[in-house]
Formats: sequence, structure tokens, C-alpha cells
Amino acid sequence: MTKADIVEKIYEKVGFSKKDSAELVELVFDIIKGTLETGDKIKIAGFGNFVVKDKADRRGRNPQTGEEITITARKILTFKPSQVLKASLNAE
Amino acid sequence: MTKSELVDKLAEKNGSLTRKESETIVNLIFDSMGDALRCGEKVEIRGFGSFTVRERGAREARNPKSGEIVDIPAKKVPFFKTGKELRERVDAA
Repeated sequence: MTKADIVEKIYEKVGFSKKDSAELVELVFDIIKGTLETGDKIKIAGFGNFVVKDKADRRGRNPQTGEEITITARKILTFKPSQVLKASLNAE
Repeated sequence: MTKSELVDKLAEKNGSLTRKESETIVNLIFDSMGDALRCGEKVEIRGFGSFTVRERGAREARNPKSGEIVDIPAKKVPFFKTGKELRERVDAA
């Protein structure tokens, strides 16, 4: 499934034009990305939480050369799926 | 930001949308992504990231309180890989 499939769903179920549906889907992900960029988290009940975490410097090794390198501190995005989503994947 | 705040923000940014319509759109987006994952399908959102379903094998674990060994059955878990654009934007901030 890609953005195009989500656009199709909105077009079918809500009746908005494909152009409007595409703009809305784009806008939703733009809002989410802009929010995460500021370090704020996104909590979607029934789906999961997107949280930006700080990672400290750590030592790593280049697996090809064996050379020791420092992996610099960085911010990473993590996704914690909701219990509802996890349970629904295993329901049969 | 919660889902309801996202709904508010979407309605605010797109003036011709009612709050009710905004809520329908946001719900539809996440419901359809959940449905795809429930079908075992991959969800790929360009510029954002991709969701896949990973299989976790059955394993034995121990109840830390009683020390009792319990069998944990195989299960499926959702997995998110951040897209390049978003990964860079989050780290740059």
C-alpha cells in the first residue's frame, strides 16, 4: 500500500476528488513530519506513537575493515505500535 | 500531538474542510494502513517511512517473579522503518 492507495480510499469513501484527496493525504503527513521535526511526539490512538529519541555517542566498528569508529550522537525516530494494533495482527 | 490535535490542525490548514470531515480523513488514513498490515501487506509512505509485519518465532521465557518457564507462541509484530527524508529532518533539528 502506498499513498496512492490511501488517496483512492478517501476518493471512494468520502467522495472528495482525487486531487483534493491527494492534497489532504500529503497535508496530513506534512503536519506529522513538521511536528516530529520539532521533537514533539505523535500519538495516534489505536495505531501507535511516533517518538523522537536522543541517542548518545557510541563506539562501533566498520564490519568490513574492523576499524573502530565513533557513532556520533543523533536523534532518531521510533515507532511504538499500540496494543490494539499489535493484538489485531495476531487475531484469527 | 494526539490524533485529535492532528484533526484540528488539518481542519485549520485546509479552510474548506469541516472538523468532522478532517476527522474522517485522519481516521481513514490510519485505518487503511492498519488494514493493510492486518492483511500482511507492506505500507510505504514516500518521505515518511514504511511499515512491515515481522514474524517473531515462538520462544521460552521466564516469569521474573515466580521463575516459572512459560512458552511464548509465535506472533506477528508491526515494524516501522523511518524514510530517509524524515530521518534526516529529525536529526537536523
